Amino acid sequence: MSGNKSSGGRSGQLGRSEAKSGLLLISPTAIFALLLLAAPLATIIAYSFMADGYLTIIPQFQICNYIGTCSSYEMKDGVLTAAKEYKGVFSDPLAQTLLVRSLGVSMMVTLVTVVLAFPVAYFVSFHVGPDRKSLWLFLITIPFWTSYLVRVFLWKVILGYNGVINSALLGIGIIDEPITALNYNVGAIITTLAHAYAPFAILPIFVALEKIDRSFLEAGQDLGESAFNTFRRVTLPLAMPGVISATLIVFIPTVGDYVTPNLVGGPEGKLVANLIQLQYMKLDNYPLGSATAVSAMLLVAIVSLIFLFLTRRYLRGPK
Amino acid sequence: MKGGWFRGYAIVYLLVLYAPIMLLPIFAFNDSAIVSFPLAGFTTKWFTQMADEPTLHDALRNSLFIAVSTAVISTLLGILAARASTRFVFPAKGAIMGLIMLPLVLPEIIAAVSLLVVFLGIGIPLGLITIILGHVLVCTPFAIAILSASFQSLDKSLEEAAYDLGETPLSTFWLIILPLVMPGIISSLLITFTISLDEFIMAFFLGGTNVTLPVYIFSQFRFPQSVPVIMALGTLLVLLSITLLAIAEYFRRRGIAKTGGKNTGGFL
Repeated sequence: MSGNKSSGGRSGQLGRSEAKSGLLLISPTAIFALLLLAAPLATIIAYSFMADGYLTIIPQFQICNYIGTCSSYEMKDGVLTAAKEYKGVFSDPLAQTLLVRSLGVSMMVTLVTVVLAFPVAYFVSFHVGPDRKSLWLFLITIPFWTSYLVRVFLWKVILGYNGVINSALLGIGIIDEPITALNYNVGAIITTLAHAYAPFAILPIFVALEKIDRSFLEAGQDLGESAFNTFRRVTLPLAMPGVISATLIVFIPTVGDYVTPNLVGGPEGKLVANLIQLQYMKLDNYPLGSATAVSAMLLVAIVSLIFLFLTRRYLRGPK
Repeated sequence: MKGGWFRGYAIVYLLVLYAPIMLLPIFAFNDSAIVSFPLAGFTTKWFTQMADEPTLHDALRNSLFIAVSTAVISTLLGILAARASTRFVFPAKGAIMGLIMLPLVLPEIIAAVSLLVVFLGIGIPLGLITIILGHVLVCTPFAIAILSASFQSLDKSLEEAAYDLGETPLSTFWLIILPLVMPGIISSLLITFTISLDEFIMAFFLGGTNVTLPVYIFSQFRFPQSVPVIMALGTLLVLLSITLLAIAEYFRRRGIAKTGGKNTGGFL
């Protein structure tokens, strides 16, 4: 991060090298992350290539949890025998549908969130006085940390049959009958998720805008560019690193959202997280659940890398 | 005032952001068992009904125990990592910090199920401890983000002065650094407490038969008649969270002012 190399002398005098002190200090947190994050992730990757036994995992390499047809084994007369057959993630039309739908929903959520968030970040960075900025950011972040479940549930109330929107529209007389198409569909999921992740999109864009040297903008206007052209040719490219991190920080976690599709998605609005939950908790098929989780992660990683590749010219920096 | 259109847009944006939360008290005091419009009149019975729900009391006790433990452990782990990353240069720093901060973007359900299979695989019974481990994983990156700001704005010459006056690294940390970053530590404790209190996925997957407040709330959504009580409970939780976050923000700002840093705003 920061160049602390020159300070090595002090700690060196005290008998320990800089690198050793740093590693020693970070080791408890690093070991915690290794044991409770890296090792478990490695475990589900390993499980996804194994066979499903009766309340156990059979360590026998196979790829049918991804492609092809697998057998679940059961204990019969003391012998493990192939019992139920099931399809791997990429051979199962339902899993495919849910993966594609989850990616699509996340992309829509990301687009909506980032586009709606940009003007707010711009306003706070360029038009709010320095001493009021943290108040604005505080107000924007509060909803993110409170009552996630209740907020999602309330979207059901807002979009529902007797909900806020229908009551208001009926009251004004625009409609004669409540609209049922608002709730329990993919649109409701996108609305709810875009609302939940709004602060996550604003903050990175705000940070990028704050870093822009204001004299660049003045230079642009002094050279006869219109305000809009200055924005398009100076501000926007310089804000792109923030837009890119906002995109990833919204896109990646929303793919795995479980609560929103469960509460507002209705029967046709299930996403991949619901499938993972079903496979682990209801079907007790850990290899298949792991394969679904790993596939979701893999697809998210691929889409993110493609996105980073396409936007790479903005990340090199202007200097 | 500059930016008239932007100001108007930002205010509408904030209103929409708060719309669901503002609906909460409306339904919490609404005298109808159905959570919808039109409203039916004022009542406080949903609040008094909370007293008769033994599962809710268990959930509250569990959640408080988990949130306090999570706040303390993740802040301690956060102090170590934030101090190490802002003060020292060491090999594989980027990779190590990347791994520690990964839960910030990793879909939570994936972290939750992978912890689940490991706990079941090595025979750790699911319960409050396993929820705490999951919550610490989720909360530590937030603690590091808050604490790094405090550690980064420390003036290094203070530390060097202490060494010159014969203090050991440990006593320097205890006497000089800790008091200066204390506001950041308090801010981190409050925010990780708030996140843990509100966290659902880890508690849902790793709790076994133990119920936390969010797990209780989720289970009650299936019964329409219990939703008004949940609205009352939600109102109280939102008030508590906002109070805790406001105190955290106060300490965060004080901490940055104390160490002479510039306030760029925001926790993240």
